[in-house]
Amino acid sequence: MASIPAIPYQSSWRSRLVENKNFLGAVFMIPAAGILLVFLAWPLLRGIWLGFTNATLGREGRFIGLGNFISLAQDSVFWLSVFNTFFYTVIASVAKFALGLWLALLLNHNMPFKAQIRAFILLPYIVPTVLSALAWLWMYDAQFSVISWLLTQLGLIDRYIDFLGDAWNARLSLIVANVWRGIPFIAITLLAGLQTISPSLYEAAALDGATASQRFWHVTMPLLMPIIAIVMTFSVLFTFTDFQLIYSMTKGGPVNATHLMATLSFQRAIPGGQMGEGAAISTAMIPFLLAAVLFTYFGMHRRKWQQGARDD
Amino acid sequence: MTDFNRRDALKVGAGAAAAAGIAGSAEAQQAAPTIRITPERGAQLRVLRWRRFVEGDERAWVANTQKFTQNTGIQVRLDNESWEDIRPKAAVAANVGRGPDIIFGWYDDPHQYPDKLVEVTDLANYLGRKYGGWYPVAQRYGINNNKWMSLPLGCAGNAMVYRIGAVREAGFEQFPRDFPGFLRLCQALKRNNKGVGFALGNAVGDGNGFAHWLVWSHGAKMVDDQGNVVINSPQTIAALEYAKQLYETFIPGTLSWGDINNNRAFLAGELALTANGISVYYSAKTSTDAAQRAIADDLNHANLPIGPAGRATEINLATQAMIFKYTRYPNAAKEYLRFMWEQEQINAWVEASIGYVTPALQAFERHPIWTSDPKVTPYRDSYKNMLWSGYSGPMGYASAASMADYIMVNMVAEAASGARTPQQAAERAAERANRYYRL
Repeated sequence: MASIPAIPYQSSWRSRLVENKNFLGAVFMIPAAGILLVFLAWPLLRGIWLGFTNATLGREGRFIGLGNFISLAQDSVFWLSVFNTFFYTVIASVAKFALGLWLALLLNHNMPFKAQIRAFILLPYIVPTVLSALAWLWMYDAQFSVISWLLTQLGLIDRYIDFLGDAWNARLSLIVANVWRGIPFIAITLLAGLQTISPSLYEAAALDGATASQRFWHVTMPLLMPIIAIVMTFSVLFTFTDFQLIYSMTKGGPVNATHLMATLSFQRAIPGGQMGEGAAISTAMIPFLLAAVLFTYFGMHRRKWQQGARDD
Repeated sequence: MTDFNRRDALKVGAGAAAAAGIAGSAEAQQAAPTIRITPERGAQLRVLRWRRFVEGDERAWVANTQKFTQNTGIQVRLDNESWEDIRPKAAVAANVGRGPDIIFGWYDDPHQYPDKLVEVTDLANYLGRKYGGWYPVAQRYGINNNKWMSLPLGCAGNAMVYRIGAVREAGFEQFPRDFPGFLRLCQALKRNNKGVGFALGNAVGDGNGFAHWLVWSHGAKMVDDQGNVVINSPQTIAALEYAKQLYETFIPGTLSWGDINNNRAFLAGELALTANGISVYYSAKTSTDAAQRAIADDLNHANLPIGPAGRATEINLATQAMIFKYTRYPNAAKEYLRFMWEQEQINAWVEASIGYVTPALQAFERHPIWTSDPKVTPYRDSYKNMLWSGYSGPMGYASAASMADYIMVNMVAEAASGARTPQQAAERAAERANRYYRL
């Protein structure tokens, strides 16, 4: 009874399905979703799960609840790494933004060899991080630093600066290296943003008698704000999770003064074999990261700012 | 192990089955020890080794391996990894059950996953009897639960590297053997504006080497025999007080030093005294630059001085071969190790690497390399002079994790630089070590 009418019904059901845009849309999204799930969501979830286990390298652990987090909460090295991460991120991001914006504004002027100069600016970003870290390492070397040598030759100092051997020197030295590396990304992106601002707006502002600083604050900044929000979100993200620069230069030393959460997580998980604890440190980064990203993104994305109004 | 024993085709001669002989001591050799291992038919091996420290090491190892292939027809693929990457790779191989058949690991690696390794007691007993016995610390590294689970190869030794002229100028004809003398030497070198420096940064080899020696030499240790943390002790405080005095004589920057800084500074003539493997001497001696060769001429080595503990307390980078249970060719792997450990091969290899690695078997002390150039002689005793990682406790995850976390290095650095008082530094180290040892 059911089988005879089922044939035409089924075929029409199929053809209708194939023509259904929603269904097709979902089907075409499966490969992309699969890639995201396998390569992004799964490792992330697995990482978080590991943070709740006592897994060691390669060996499945068992669930220990908040054990790792409780133990980390009593670990002064962990808290030092949290402080270092925030200090590093805040100072480096602000410096990168200020210098990057300044550079973008300079590059936005008409000048000879504009294209070449812009390409040149990108260099620090193109050099592999480990290579630039090695170059900085030599420049900061306690015995062979070219900076110390130069300052000695100029008679400004009489002994070499201990760039990486003193806690605060080391933190600031690494921030300088990170800023040097990060500026091009910000400058070039902001430059792209600046070029989308119509010159007629500046002309109109000039006709209204706006000064250069007024033009900057009331025309440039509001229109640039969406780009700034995106760039700074990424910049904060990259800085917060920086690893290569620190690990190739100090391995977190001296006495953990430059350990970021990312480097400490690696040190505990891989050379130390304590996967669970390392994963817990990584997991502990997530709320901080989310907060930082949300703050930058929504903070700078507020429509009032973009329209040049004051926050109220 | 039962599964392995059943299909194991080993025929061990000369009473090797005697369990009492596990320690492989220099018991009387009534008959030349023999062992017969029958490799599986069609066997192939994959071997993972740390990347060479000196060029000759790899050349000789490859040549020996080729000889093995010629003799047995067993193909061996030799892979190299940077030495710091071996530990995580070996741990993963052990636990996922796939990877190279043999891995040359470090320190306490075999004690972290002994159940994943092929027992090599027969082979270790055979080699021990044939070559004058294993050093006691080699037994520590090799034996887990009364069975040899890895085969100690040797250690990359650490010795004082100094400029002969500078030490003489400081008023020392001989390098001091005790701690008061050593401190006086460092102070005199500083007065003469000659650099003294030991790595206090997060340097896996040099940092750990210096800090462990200094602490252990005062009779202090991280844990006792049962693995209870005992680092916060009067002996540790004494060690840290001594470290403070020493640190005052160091050139600036040692808190940031990695493994390579002292090599560079020494070869640039900025240092007159540091501790290192033989690599500084090797680079200076083989350099085409006359100035570097002049440094080699004025350079000498001495064993690390002996402190209040009254015995040698070095920690040197000990390496041992592990055969993993997942291998399809356990006998071929054992035969490969046997061949590589035999005198003919070991001698050629020790010679080519000019003594960078000190073998774990006592008979190889007599190799001419150790005496033909007297400057190399201190490295002959590197294995004999060392204690094990996590001394004097059991080896395992806690000892590995404590070292990877630089607890000892950080403690010495904090106290030496004055960032914390010795008491505070010792308390903090105890607190950090307890996180691993109390688990």
